[in-house]
This record gives sequence, C-alpha cells and structure tokens, in this order.
Amino acid sequence: MSLGPYASFIVTSYLLVMVVVLILIAWIAIDYRRQKQRVRELDASGVVRRSGRSAAEVR
Amino acid sequence: MAWTDYRFDADQLSLRRNETKQATLPVATAAIITDAMTLIDLANPTRFLTLTARLLPWLAALTAILLLIGLYQSAVAPDDYQQGATVKIMFIHVPNAWLSMFVWGVMSLAALGTLVWRHPLADVAAKAAAPIGAAFTFLALVTGSLWGRPMWGTYWEWDARLTSVLILFLMYLGLIALWRAVEDPSRAARAAAILTLVGAINLPIIKFSVDWWNTLHQPASVMRLGGPTLDRAFLIPLLVMAVAFSLLFVTLHLAAMRNEILRRRVRALQMMQARQRPA
Repeated sequence: MSLGPYASFIVTSYLLVMVVVLILIAWIAIDYRRQKQRVRELDASGVVRRSGRSAAEVR
Repeated sequence: MAWTDYRFDADQLSLRRNETKQATLPVATAAIITDAMTLIDLANPTRFLTLTARLLPWLAALTAILLLIGLYQSAVAPDDYQQGATVKIMFIHVPNAWLSMFVWGVMSLAALGTLVWRHPLADVAAKAAAPIGAAFTFLALVTGSLWGRPMWGTYWEWDARLTSVLILFLMYLGLIALWRAVEDPSRAARAAAILTLVGAINLPIIKFSVDWWNTLHQPASVMRLGGPTLDRAFLIPLLVMAVAFSLLFVTLHLAAMRNEILRRRVRALQMMQARQRPA
C-alpha cells in the first residue's frame, strides 16, 4: 500500500483520530472508576438512599 | 398499571412504582399501557444503569469489529484519480463531520425532554453527549484541515462550511463550560437546554452552507436527493466507517450517561449525609 507524496497528512489524520478516541475512552473509564469508588465510600459510611437501598446498589 | 401509578423522585433520580394502586383496566388497554410502561421502565435512571451494564460489552465489541473492518477497507481502497491516496482521510473525516451534527441533534432532542417533559434522563443524556460531540467536531475540523493542505493548498479557509463547523465546536465548548459553571444540575440543565435549542439553528446552516454560498468546500456527495455520487469502492468503506463511528458514539454516550447518573447519585447522597450529621 503506497500512500504517495502526502503520506504524512494521511498518517497524521489517522493517528490523531486514534489518540483522541483513546483519550475519550480512557477519560470515561477513569471517571466511572472514580464515581464507583465514591459510591462505595458513601456506602461504607452508612449513608442509604431514600429508597432504603444501599448507595452502591445499582438496581 | 397507569401512568399515575409512578412517581418521580428527583433526589434519587428515579421513577418509583406506587404499589398501593391496583390496575382495574380492560385487558387490551392494560396490555398497551404495559408496553408503554416498559419504555418508561427503561427510561428510569436506575433501570438504565442495569440495562447499560448488559449492553455496553456487546456494543463495545461490535464497535471494535466494525472499526477494524472499516480500517481494513479504507487501507485497501483504491486511490482517487484526482485526490490520490488522500481520499483515505475522507473515510475518517466524513463520519466525524456527520457525527458532529448528529450529536448536537441528539442534544437538541434531549433539551426538549428537559424543557417540555422534565425527564430525569434527558439532561443526563445532553450533558454526557457534549464532550463526545466536541471531540468529533474537533476531529472533523483537524482532519479536514489536513486534507485541505495538499488538496486546496491551505489548511484553513473562512468559507461558510468551515466557519459554521468552527462555530459548532465553540458552541460545544460553551455548553461544557456552562455545565461546569453552574453547581446545581437542574438549573444548569434548563440554561443548557435553551442554549442547545438556539444552537440547533446552526445545523441547517452547516448542512446547506455549500448550496447557499459559493464555498471552497465541495457540495454533498452522499446524502443528496439524486443519490450518492461516490463510486462503490469509496462509498462502502465510508459507510462502514460511518456506522462504526456511530456505534462508537452510542457506546461512549451510554457509558458517559452511566457516569453522570452515578455522579448525581453521589451528590444526592453527600447532601443527605450532610443533613444527617448532628449539628
């Protein structure tokens, strides 16, 4: 596969898309872990939801 | 079950069934309402978390497979007789450009949900979509610029299409800033919803800018009345990548919505904890 004289533009475009998508995925995954950790901490401290369920219970 | 058998609990972000009421409806009517309530159940943030946990692994796997197929097809696609190999940039530029507008469209529908129906998930959906939409718009602008340099001889031109997409990107950033600036999520939601609906005016301007004004950007070649003008060799990889990126958006959006629901639950619990503390 030859990318011709503008190979640097093509490769940069694909790399940039890959980097931005990976950053999005990592950001969302880290945020999820952080929120779950906070919920677990609140659960451990004894706070219960108004429904009476524990903080960490997803259902 | 009837609609009134449910009550909305704003603090807990959930719709709860009032078990004290009994259904006394005819069987057919009850069946229709049960179907409708199934949709309501899915719109319940708590049930949404359960549904998301089941769906996300499958969606992520399907997205990854389609992206790999799309990347392979993009790699083996022939060179264009005018653009040469730079046509490969189109396979990532166009899906990102479509999604930049589609995500704002999703946010506009969510804004209606916030303002008209005050649905608890509508604001969550809009807030979660904004950073993803901003990322897609950024990628559309930069990949377009990287295609423009070898093809047009310039990275940037203040023509109607490019300028209107840049405005869309700035509106995404403005919305994200607004959500961060207002601490109370419900107050931020209303302001953001109004701004989103006002910003939706930009969508037809972006779409038809190439028809209304004399722009350097080429007119539509896929979504047009007479059908696509692209050869199948370019159209198929482009459509596969478009579906793959759309699935990527759905996957990321559901995951970001799940995070936002948890964030609001943490906030509500922290407030309850503060109230429960002895003075």
